[in-house]
Amino acid sequence: MTRNQLTFSFLAGLLISTFLLATSASAAAEPEVLLILKNHRFEPTEIKVPAGQRVKLVVHNQDSTAEEFESHDLNREKIIPPGAKATIFIGPLKQGRYSFAGEYNEATAKGVVIAE
Amino acid sequence: MFATALIVFRETLEAALFVGIMAAATRGLEGRSRWLTAGVLIGISGALALAAGAEHISALADGVGQDLVNASILMVALVMLTWHCVWISNQGAQAAAQTRALGASFKQGQRAPWALMTVVALSVLREGAETVLFVAGYASGAGSTGAIAGALAGVLSGSAAGAIIYLGLSRIPVQRMFSVTNVLILLLAASIASQLARALSQAGLVNLWGQPLWDTSSLLRVDSPVGTLAHALVGYEAQPTGLQLAFYALALLTIISGSRWVQRIQASRRIRVPVQARASA
Repeated sequence: MTRNQLTFSFLAGLLISTFLLATSASAAAEPEVLLILKNHRFEPTEIKVPAGQRVKLVVHNQDSTAEEFESHDLNREKIIPPGAKATIFIGPLKQGRYSFAGEYNEATAKGVVIAE
Repeated sequence: MFATALIVFRETLEAALFVGIMAAATRGLEGRSRWLTAGVLIGISGALALAAGAEHISALADGVGQDLVNASILMVALVMLTWHCVWISNQGAQAAAQTRALGASFKQGQRAPWALMTVVALSVLREGAETVLFVAGYASGAGSTGAIAGALAGVLSGSAAGAIIYLGLSRIPVQRMFSVTNVLILLLAASIASQLARALSQAGLVNLWGQPLWDTSSLLRVDSPVGTLAHALVGYEAQPTGLQLAFYALALLTIISGSRWVQRIQASRRIRVPVQARASA
């Protein structure tokens, strides 16, 4: 690597670490919702959340296969490895219904977030 | 098996198009197949490692570890691509304009392969890890033969799409092709910036402009064939958030104005040199 590239990589690393440090301290207390995935089905299939507020969605994948939580309405997609719990922040949402699905098992893994 | 193939195809497509465009952009560069192959292989090994550690990574940082890893990968890729667009491609363009020869266009850009190899590796790494995680779960147990066959079919058809874009670009005359690949790489960089914006919102790191600005899913759904291609090539989103759009526009602006700036500096240098040469003669 040339000096230019080293400087670039260094700066990028520095930027990322400062950014993460600065933001990790500001964890606000938002409402938390637990969503369980079992036998390729979400439980519960309907989640009610307050509108106009960011919500912390914790998805627990209890299957032995990975799943991708996907929602075009919520603008989210995230892989959840087998057995893992993953956090997805959603919103703040306007009042309405937002559907989500497990991309790997779309036939069964379906649900909807209702913001009200 | 068909469902598996389709999912793997979608995951593979983005990386394959990326590699195809990079392969076209490095035409005439000495030893570029070696660099590209190395990038893909490093990406695949990284993907296997990332998938193996996925459960652990997922639990990090209160469940957003994976988004942090993704955001870091995207950030490094964005920096490398910006650097390539602003600096290297302009040096190549300058040399090509002077010599009108393809091979010579990369003489000054000998440092380029590092950046390109890295972005290729990162692209394969990110998409590859998801594919490995997905396939690993279904490749054991009942129906594993179908899953593996489907995964293979998906990887092959995805790679074929990459080969098609490479062959298509290769048919364009050399001088024009580089301006086409430059525009494609510019859009890929902007698309990466938009994905970065989503990763940051999803991880809760940024809580700003998170609302979708519009919804064009009635015109073109992201999961339709055309939508998938548009998403992979130019970062199409049916419901982009304000933050995504801001990141996308900022990446475009930075690269375009950076490029102009480098070109202006080089143009002024070109004018100055003959004047000095004349004065000393």
